[in-house]
Amino acid sequence: MRPATTLAVAGRVLTQIRRDHRTLVMLLVVPCALVSLLWWMFEDLPGNSFDTLGPGLLAMFPFIIMFLVTSVTTLRERSSGTLERLLAMPMGKLDFLLGYALAFGAIAAVQASLAVGVSVGFLGLDVNGPVWLLGIVAIVDAVLGTALGLFVSAFATSEFQAVQFMPLVVIPQLLLCGLFVPREALPPVLEAISDVLPLSYAIDAMQELVVSADESLVWRNIAVVLAFAVAGLALGAATLRRRTA
Amino acid sequence: MVNNVIEIKDLRVARGGREVLPGLSLEVGGGVTGLLGPSGCGKSTLMRSIVGVQKIDAGTVEILGLPAGCPSLRNRIGYLTQAPSVYDDLSVAENLRFFARVLRVPGNIDRVVEEAADAVDLGDHRDQVVGRLSGGQRSRASLAVALLGEPDVLVLDEPTVGLDPVLRRDLWALFHRIAEAGTAVLVSSHVMDEAERCGHLVLMRDGQIIASGSPADIRGDSHDIEAAFLRIVEGTAA
Repeated sequence: MRPATTLAVAGRVLTQIRRDHRTLVMLLVVPCALVSLLWWMFEDLPGNSFDTLGPGLLAMFPFIIMFLVTSVTTLRERSSGTLERLLAMPMGKLDFLLGYALAFGAIAAVQASLAVGVSVGFLGLDVNGPVWLLGIVAIVDAVLGTALGLFVSAFATSEFQAVQFMPLVVIPQLLLCGLFVPREALPPVLEAISDVLPLSYAIDAMQELVVSADESLVWRNIAVVLAFAVAGLALGAATLRRRTA
Repeated sequence: MVNNVIEIKDLRVARGGREVLPGLSLEVGGGVTGLLGPSGCGKSTLMRSIVGVQKIDAGTVEILGLPAGCPSLRNRIGYLTQAPSVYDDLSVAENLRFFARVLRVPGNIDRVVEEAADAVDLGDHRDQVVGRLSGGQRSRASLAVALLGEPDVLVLDEPTVGLDPVLRRDLWALFHRIAEAGTAVLVSSHVMDEAERCGHLVLMRDGQIIASGSPADIRGDSHDIEAAFLRIVEGTAA
């Protein structure tokens, strides 16, 4: 591992995204627009549903978006030959993966600041814990999405297939994360499954932050998500082969 | 005795259930060596094995006395894949700067980038995004990456295919200049008329080396290399 190489990869990925104005605008504006839409949906209803669902949405964006973006871009690296070229050079596999994680983590930080800023500043989202922690959860979430995206891209041979991994990997996590049905109210088997899905912990961390000021619980959930992200990166590293058939 | 730069013994490689290289042995020295043969004869697989990115089933491949794929070889071999492997959404200079940083090329990185771009005649297109270049320009951008860091061995998979004759001549002159500076250059081509430009020739067909020697030796009494190729193939078939 060599930090200069990791930074070179991260810098290169960020330059590519900066060059693609449409992607950049979508990455930054769409989450804000969707949070606003959610707030609007509940505006005329009694109770504070936005306060319970808003944090969940804030946790979902970085995960879903980074998962999609990473699986498609790394698939492109694999099929265009740039990955083969890099692995024939003095490029550590971890440098490659961490470079991506760093770049997408940085984008997630900007994305989260905007979405959290809009939610707390304009839409009146009540947060009991420190607001900056929402950003940390979002970044860890983005790294998780990046790690899983890198991993699944090894099993796709086309961009069509890569996109199909979204419903397979992401939607079950959305359904079981506790936003639709509280996790403890799920049938025991499904509850057990939701206990081993990383998004559940990301949503828990966000919701914990909003309802209580107990930071230790938030950090515990962040640690679980981070552990999943590290495991995902390790699995991703295992799919990067210097020699191929 | 001069040591061989590349030494291959009994290399066997199967791809997709088909034996592409059924036990190939080859020695390559310094200078410019041309690897000629029809499409699909195993040139790319052989080159991938030399660079160390190909899974091999048996045999040994040694570069500069080290096993292919060895970590200490990774910045001593410049490799050009057949399809241009550069980032389409980055400019020529951005691509070069990124790969130069990965290769840990010493010295002023802007100068290194400028020299590599000029060497392939892309100096004027340095700040253009690769995706908007023509096919030939794109493969030259990819070639420039292979030249970064003055590698000891250059492995170029069909670098001149589809290029303008003037540019082709210039690139061959560049390969010879690089070779004179001490780099061993291995260039593949499926166009037989490129043979005359090489110091040493290796003819390949169906995963086998059918001839190896200077262009004059291989040509012998034949009119050109293409005729010599036919003579050798039909001689072995008879």
